[in-house]
Amino acid sequence: MSTATKTNVVNLTTEEFVHPGNRACSGCGLSILYRIGLKALGRDCIFVVPPSYLTVMQGLYPIAASQMPILNGTFASTAAIATGVRAAMKRRGKQTQVVAWAGDGGTADIGIQALSGALERNEDIIYICYDNEAYMNTGVQRSGTTPQGGLTTTTPYSGKKENSKNLPAIVAAHNPAYVATCSASYPLDFHDKLIKAKGIRGLKYFHIQTPCPPGWGCDERMTIKIGKAAIDCGLFDLYEIENGKKSLSEPSKKLLNKDKMRPLQDYLKMQTRFKALSAEQTTAMQERIDTKWAAYRQDFAAQ
Amino acid sequence: MSKKLIDSGNNAAAMAVQLAEAEVIAAYPITPQTPLTEKLSEVIAAGKMDAEYVAVESEHSALAVCIGAASAGSRAFTATSSNGLLYMSEQLHWAAGSRLPLVMCVVNRGIGAPWSVWNDHQDAMSQRDAGWIQIFAKDHQEIVDMTLKAFRLAELVHIPVMVNYDGYYLSHTYMPFELPEAKAVQEFLPPYDYAHTLDPEKPESLNTVTLPYARLDINGVKRPGYMDIRHNLHQEMRLAMEVWEEIDADYAQRFGRGGAPILDPYCCDDADFVVVAMGSIANQFHVVVDRLREEEGLKVGVLALQIYRPFPTAKIAEALQNAKGVMVYEKGLSYGNQGALYADLKSALYPYPNRPQLHNFIVGLGGRDIPTEDLFQTLKTACLNGDRNSPEQADTPQWIGLQL
Ligand SMILES: Cc1ncc(C[n+]2csc(CCOP(=O)(O)OP(=O)(O)O)c2C)c(N)n1
Ligand code: SF4
Ligand SMILES: [Mg+2]
Repeated sequence: MSTATKTNVVNLTTEEFVHPGNRACSGCGLSILYRIGLKALGRDCIFVVPPSYLTVMQGLYPIAASQMPILNGTFASTAAIATGVRAAMKRRGKQTQVVAWAGDGGTADIGIQALSGALERNEDIIYICYDNEAYMNTGVQRSGTTPQGGLTTTTPYSGKKENSKNLPAIVAAHNPAYVATCSASYPLDFHDKLIKAKGIRGLKYFHIQTPCPPGWGCDERMTIKIGKAAIDCGLFDLYEIENGKKSLSEPSKKLLNKDKMRPLQDYLKMQTRFKALSAEQTTAMQERIDTKWAAYRQDFAAQ
Repeated sequence: MSKKLIDSGNNAAAMAVQLAEAEVIAAYPITPQTPLTEKLSEVIAAGKMDAEYVAVESEHSALAVCIGAASAGSRAFTATSSNGLLYMSEQLHWAAGSRLPLVMCVVNRGIGAPWSVWNDHQDAMSQRDAGWIQIFAKDHQEIVDMTLKAFRLAELVHIPVMVNYDGYYLSHTYMPFELPEAKAVQEFLPPYDYAHTLDPEKPESLNTVTLPYARLDINGVKRPGYMDIRHNLHQEMRLAMEVWEEIDADYAQRFGRGGAPILDPYCCDDADFVVVAMGSIANQFHVVVDRLREEEGLKVGVLALQIYRPFPTAKIAEALQNAKGVMVYEKGLSYGNQGALYADLKSALYPYPNRPQLHNFIVGLGGRDIPTEDLFQTLKTACLNGDRNSPEQADTPQWIGLQL
């Protein structure tokens, strides 16, 4: 696949683009990937951000937690604003990378129309959706990506009834230049996928899972473990889609060996948001994971 | 050399946008604005205009693209009508709050439900508090001139400008107008230069969350809170009126047209009765005024309001100090109250010594025909019998041309 050298903690740049100290909770999955992501993106970037936790994390006027140029916009229009910024860069003959960085609500729900438009036009931008699986900024309400059974303030007693949207698959159906899924537990995987994306023209979509301790109901110190558990049980997969071809990334690839898979229950029991999930629901979820992986094992037999 | 042409209002607007050298255009089709959008995409595709045309999936995104482009250093333009304008509403407020020098043509049309593709002013009036400067053209020549002047105004005062013109009456009719020469426009309108252009070498975070109070920045300098920022928008919008007059004077000197940037009076000098209206209907009143003067010996005039926001409060009140009666004809209203223009005018007059008899007429909603004879009769009646109404009757809007 890629011949690029992998970044590790030794060769990762020590330059920081985020000021120390910001408004994120300790243990916030987003803040980990934001810091590492900016290292990969470098200085020649312009960010477009809708209302979300990121808006708050970036600082309240006149204080800024990030050293980057940032355009805050309305909730539904991130991909369209980024389109406009990109158009201006083109006019001005600049290579500056335009990066839209939005939450799951701003992407899967209210912003999906603008995103779909930008995907169809194959705008030359990087779009990053950080998925903490609920509307955290407004106090943990359900979103289109909240998993089934998840307790939120708008699914308070028995959890969310519906299945979550498979957003990267919806995006992939538009045939963009590049799709990648990433996790806060593998920041360097995110880093290197971003480096690769910078070299691709057209729309590059990243779906990154960012555990949120207060929203998911876990200790701050559990963020990385929970992110890993989501991958190890096969619920959240790390992959890339290039030229329509999907390939699993290392942390998920190992699950092609069935014996490496951990039970879903291991992941669920780490978080209080799943405490309303019934045994039947859990079994049904486990079955869906097993079916998905059975298909993967066939599809990726050659890998 | 300027060119004399006969063309549609939409094409006139497109030619002005071309002359203004807008660099990023994003728009979504809606009747009666569509031909303007088509024209712009056509001239760009044909290589006659050097700009990016972004075919967005909605009006909300159209204005979003303009917001992004203008913040990142490019002159941006969009256009819409009716429900398209309402669909943008959140972005209108956003563009004004972030002080972006955008220009948008609104080809005025009634709002659904029920659907109507025909003209009235409810679309623009419903957005009057969004923080945009709103100007109204009465004919094709004004569409061209106002659009060009709008870019300069927006870029000088950092407030977006909405150029309104009547759907069908102006957008789809063919009329003669003069088109300035490209080079002369370039001299009139300097290149786009936005003070807070997004730039990695000079990073700024635009439109961040602000608090209810002013705060110190890291250098100890006090920075405004939300209320202060909003106060400045209001204050600078009031001051924009003067800038608009200066721009008009400069334009008149260069191109020989102008002189009435705020109020455009017709036969008002000796008038006892004055019609106040916006858009093409103000011109329709010229013949009505002529006839009333000739046939009835009534001293009537028309005062066309060219700029609705900022509202020229003192100017309009002063212009009406010798009037006995003022008749406001408008194509929209604040439901459950009165015409918005009428209410604004009434409040403008309140502090002044002369408080003329006021009348409010609602006309032409959803393109309902406005026969000149109806204007003649209603105006004549108001001039002759206006003072016989009780205060409540006088203050109640009269609907013209109802077919109930
Ligand atoms: C048009 C509009 N509707 C609602 C809101 C309120 N709102 C702000 S952020 C937010 C939720 C954001 O959720 P998400 O995108 O998942 O980001 P997170 O806060 O979880 O990081 C909501 C509902 C808004 N700002 N604008
Ligand atoms: S609430 Fe969640 S998303 Fe927001 S800062 Fe805290 S951990 Fe991060
Ligand atoms: Mg979220």
